[in-house]
Amino acid sequence: MKLYGVFDILGPIMIGPSSSHTAGAARLGKVAGKIAGEDFKKVEFYLHGSFAKTYKGHGTDRALVAGVLGMEPYDERLRNSLEIAKEKGIEIIFIPTDLGDQHPNTVKFVFYRDDEKTIEVMGSSIGGGNILITEIDGEKVEFTGEYPTIITKYKDRKGMIADISKFILEVDVNIANMKVTRNPQKITTAIIELDAKLDDEVIEKIKNIKDMINVVAINPI
Amino acid sequence: MYTKGKDLLNLTKESNKKIWEIVLDFECERTGKTKEEVFEGMRNVLKVMMDSANKGLNEEVNSISGLIGGNAKKVEDYRRGKTISGDIINKAMARALSVSEVNASMGRIVAAPTAGSAGILPAVMITAAEVLEKNEDEMVKALFTASGIGQIIAKNATVSGAEGGCQAECGSAAAMAAAAVVEMAGGTPEQALHAASIAIQNILGLVCDPVAGLVEAPCYLRNSSGAVNALTSADLALAGVKSIIPFDEVVDAMYKVGKSLPFELRETALGGIASTPTGQKLMKDIFGE
Repeated sequence: MKLYGVFDILGPIMIGPSSSHTAGAARLGKVAGKIAGEDFKKVEFYLHGSFAKTYKGHGTDRALVAGVLGMEPYDERLRNSLEIAKEKGIEIIFIPTDLGDQHPNTVKFVFYRDDEKTIEVMGSSIGGGNILITEIDGEKVEFTGEYPTIITKYKDRKGMIADISKFILEVDVNIANMKVTRNPQKITTAIIELDAKLDDEVIEKIKNIKDMINVVAINPI
Repeated sequence: MYTKGKDLLNLTKESNKKIWEIVLDFECERTGKTKEEVFEGMRNVLKVMMDSANKGLNEEVNSISGLIGGNAKKVEDYRRGKTISGDIINKAMARALSVSEVNASMGRIVAAPTAGSAGILPAVMITAAEVLEKNEDEMVKALFTASGIGQIIAKNATVSGAEGGCQAECGSAAAMAAAAVVEMAGGTPEQALHAASIAIQNILGLVCDPVAGLVEAPCYLRNSSGAVNALTSADLALAGVKSIIPFDEVVDAMYKVGKSLPFELRETALGGIASTPTGQKLMKDIFGE
């Protein structure tokens, strides 16, 4: 059973009006934006369930955009995020849709990056401002953003996990959760949740491991 | 560690401490942080609460949808004249409305325990601290007391309107606030739990029926009445009135009542005042169709 901390009860500190539709949406946007990388010129938001029906009234649209722009859920600029995105020349499109058998508060982000790559991220706001990221570029994943998390993508080979965890051990950090999935093209995604965040230096070392394609580090928000 | 009200009472007796100290100790144990770090974290929570409770008193704060706004200022202006229920009650109501309005306008608040019920604890705490002439540190301590009560409710029942109706949100907030004020006023841990029990019993069964599905109406009114519920429950307990049903059993009852509320009355906007002809019309005005 979950142990509630005092700041789970008195918190989050957030921009209103709804922890699931505003604070959770901002957190989803922030994690998705981090996964996409910073330079994108257009983002499409596919809104599912309650998000599709009520996104305007709860400011879910503004919260999602604030998140992808890197704002925290308590940032008072959140309510002006649509205007801020416009100033930055980022095109924003909301598409209410049916994403199938998903949590009622689900959104799929499609980022169009400056380097012509597109990145897709899907996640749900599961209550009280808590979130779950469920899919990245079509691959099923599952992480909450509560822990410092690194998402590694690499060409599948033996010993890769040992190579990554060696650098994590070197700085005396414990792994809390880990999920590894491999696609038919033999590309593996390993999501590693940690008890403490890693310095950029360690992330660089992991990035330089042979056969590594991409590493994204996400700190708790 | 405590998961029930009776654990909390035993711990206060064994160690001769107040509820807020037990809650602070447990948070330090749980997170590995120092007392100072956790205390300062809570001071930050208090600051956000104070700002949001104050903002709507001096300016009209309107919700994004336009459904609600400006009521905190109306009550604040009104209370300066002759009122029926007196200055303290009116002040608390104005502050609770202010937080609700700030929340609905996409301003910054602390979910306490939820965004929909965020006005009750700040309004009650700030108003009681004024009456009792308590300083900021005393208010931070009271927030730990409130949080301990909230932890027990969240663990044994729910604080979500979608799960348990408004009684789970505004009822929990009022229980937390009532206990906090009792302890702040020098009451015993037993009295604090009696106050929390009374506050929940007062609104047991209250449905969650937000107009147009928005965290606006009737939420703002229930924040105002929740603040009054907490203040009067605290006074009853401080006067020596006891809840004949123990806190833990009241929490269980609240959970069972919540579970037996039909789906329409749990934050779906399909029942209660949301489903009235005017409620339906307002929804159409805001969302079209």
